[in-house]
Amino acid sequence: MSSTFATLLTRDLRNLLTGAHGAGAALPLLFFLSIAMLYPFAVGPNPTVLAKTGGGVVWIAALLAAILPLDGLISRDLETGFFDQFKLRGMSEEWVMSARLLAHWLSFGPLLILACFPAAALLALEQETVRLLVLGLLAGTPGLAAVGIIIAALTASLRSGAALAGLLLIPLALPILIFGAGALGRNDPATLGFVGAISLLLVAIAPFAAGASIRAAREG
Amino acid sequence: MQASLSATDIACRRGDRLLLRGLSLDLGPGDVLQVSGANGTGKSSLLRILAGLLTPYAGEVHREGAIGLLDEKPALDEHLPLGKALDFWSAIDGRTNPHRPADMADLMDVPVRFLSTGQRKRAALARLDSQRPKIWLLDEPLNGLDRDAIVNVGAMVDVHRRAKGICVLASHQPFPLDDIQVLDLAEYAP
Repeated sequence: MSSTFATLLTRDLRNLLTGAHGAGAALPLLFFLSIAMLYPFAVGPNPTVLAKTGGGVVWIAALLAAILPLDGLISRDLETGFFDQFKLRGMSEEWVMSARLLAHWLSFGPLLILACFPAAALLALEQETVRLLVLGLLAGTPGLAAVGIIIAALTASLRSGAALAGLLLIPLALPILIFGAGALGRNDPATLGFVGAISLLLVAIAPFAAGASIRAAREG
Repeated sequence: MQASLSATDIACRRGDRLLLRGLSLDLGPGDVLQVSGANGTGKSSLLRILAGLLTPYAGEVHREGAIGLLDEKPALDEHLPLGKALDFWSAIDGRTNPHRPADMADLMDVPVRFLSTGQRKRAALARLDSQRPKIWLLDEPLNGLDRDAIVNVGAMVDVHRRAKGICVLASHQPFPLDDIQVLDLAEYAP
């Protein structure tokens, strides 16, 4: 059973990193960095303003970057019959979705966290802010990945699913943003505990919600 | 354990339309059943019900043995060379040294997206063959195939039936195999 999981994870990760299933790993990363790059041009190079508001911008950039991989994350495999074949082999949808969730997070989460450092340099962020950002994204990106999987599975059988997925992610990811960016304003690492708790809850729900969506799509 | 596939009093509804009702079948080792009927009479839906992918509107299905399904979705990664795409399923199915058809050897390096309809169908058949399930459900297995490949599919099903397997195939073309049962869905239309 664990070797099956490894096989699934390897395939998912390869497809998500290379962009065979949608945007690939490079596009969210470039999107994230370009927001950090454009922001000083838009508000001016005043270091005080940048340092005060930059952390929040990084959070917004991360949230929006998490939308990009959703196109094709689930719908491609639904169209090509992979989920049917998994089901016939007795693999539960929840199991398949757990592998997909882990692969999805690995394909954008760690890269965004690493990209925080060049982004922080572009926005002249203070060291303490960077520390809270990195910890916050570490706690928050699994939750963003979980919301993404749920939404991608819900919209997989719809014709304009990708556009809808983008709109749906924003309100659902709002709690993560409020607490994640809130920790910066208050300079309080304890707030990040809420981000972690929300993330854990979403990660726990996601395989079941996404699995149920796949089953519903099959009946439709 | 012997393979068996039985269905009792199946009804199938798609949207608000009843496609078929009162269908029962009982298949044992070595049985081959061809489901025939005009387009839209529910051939594919019946196969998906038998596979357990679709809940019947009424009735029950009972299966003994692993199910293999071949339909219009090949379930192969488009960007990968065919050999690699098939290797994924061999790994999932736990086949370390899977058999690959000799006439497809020169296609193994070609990315799946460049394959023609018929070649995709043959690739999906190779996937089914290396899965080695007891029960084969083939939805339009002859679509897009040339004359030699059609004969090959007939031979594959014959080998499968001799190995005490069960095969249900939905096709509107005559299937190149003797001694098969035929189920006409027109008789079960509401």
